[in-house]
Amino acid sequence: MIAALLTTPDDQPRDFAASGGREDDALTLWVLHELHYRGFVGVDEHWEWQASTIGLRIELERDLEERLRARRPEPVVTGDLAVDLLRILADDQSPSLARHVQRRATREQTLQLLRQRSLYHLKEADPTSWVIPRLTGGPKAALLEIQFDEYGNGDPGRVHHRLFEAGIAASGLDGAYGAYVDEAVVEILEQNNVLSMLGLQRRLRGAALGHLAAFEGTSSLPSRQLAQGLRRLDFPEEMASYYDEHVEADAVHEQLALHDICVALVAAEPALYDDVLLGAWACTDLEARTAGALLDLWEVA
Amino acid sequence: MTSSSPIDDHADVVLCADGPMLLRGKAVVQDEDGVRHRTTRPVTAVCRCGHSAIKPWCDGTHKLLRD
Repeated sequence: MIAALLTTPDDQPRDFAASGGREDDALTLWVLHELHYRGFVGVDEHWEWQASTIGLRIELERDLEERLRARRPEPVVTGDLAVDLLRILADDQSPSLARHVQRRATREQTLQLLRQRSLYHLKEADPTSWVIPRLTGGPKAALLEIQFDEYGNGDPGRVHHRLFEAGIAASGLDGAYGAYVDEAVVEILEQNNVLSMLGLQRRLRGAALGHLAAFEGTSSLPSRQLAQGLRRLDFPEEMASYYDEHVEADAVHEQLALHDICVALVAAEPALYDDVLLGAWACTDLEARTAGALLDLWEVA
Repeated sequence: MTSSSPIDDHADVVLCADGPMLLRGKAVVQDEDGVRHRTTRPVTAVCRCGHSAIKPWCDGTHKLLRD
């Protein structure tokens, strides 16, 4: 499929098949999603909307979603969405990469983590922007309050993905978009792919916003631990201050995402209750898998 | 005398249950030491638990104080 993208698109039906291999499928889906974000140098932009590429994307997303739903435990539903969502976060006892960086990680491990995280942080907030036109009224206005903050409040120098780019460049890493995809572990690719899938599929808007609430709700305290760890290891101030920014910003975003977005959305569309919880659970599950994979790699589990 | 009847206007100040105070728009917040801090975001979270490390702003520490 990747070789085909370097050719000129035609309207001929093509038989791009999923390989069945988890890592190959994850990388393929990541590439297909990237056609919707920034594209690739040397790849004709028409490939974004060819029946062949869309067909394969749908097949791979279906498989990803089925695997997510298959491993999801039965959710606790009290009828109070905020309570149920916060319970998912409180029940998450998985190991924390931020805590490891804060206390014990080596410089090499921390650099590796930054390279893995770069796949998302260099397009930070972008997958969720796709949800905006699918909302109305209160949830839309509240999501825009978050996204405007993510995008620097009008100051290009304060756009979060630019802050990350400056941080890793100052740390001696490559700040170019997607530079480290070749070394991304499959858990990181799947984490990114789920976010893109939730953003791209209107049907999954509830899950996209549940994911947002869980992501923001588990960001302030870990960001402080990461900033402390980066300073312990003498990383440049640009890198540590990226996480300082998230301590402060995400303390706001978690309140807006939970109450003004998710609770308000479900009040307007009660049928989305379970999807919001699915998204929140997926966020904790995918992060737990990434943490497990990296801590195993470093033999510190 | 202040009115206690509910209004439908969008709130500029929101008190979050077990959480911070959200402040919408531009504001200058004076802390306990008389130091003034200007908000820089569309919405700002002001610490209410007293334990934030970045006062007057919230850093999520209140979540560690529960139970």
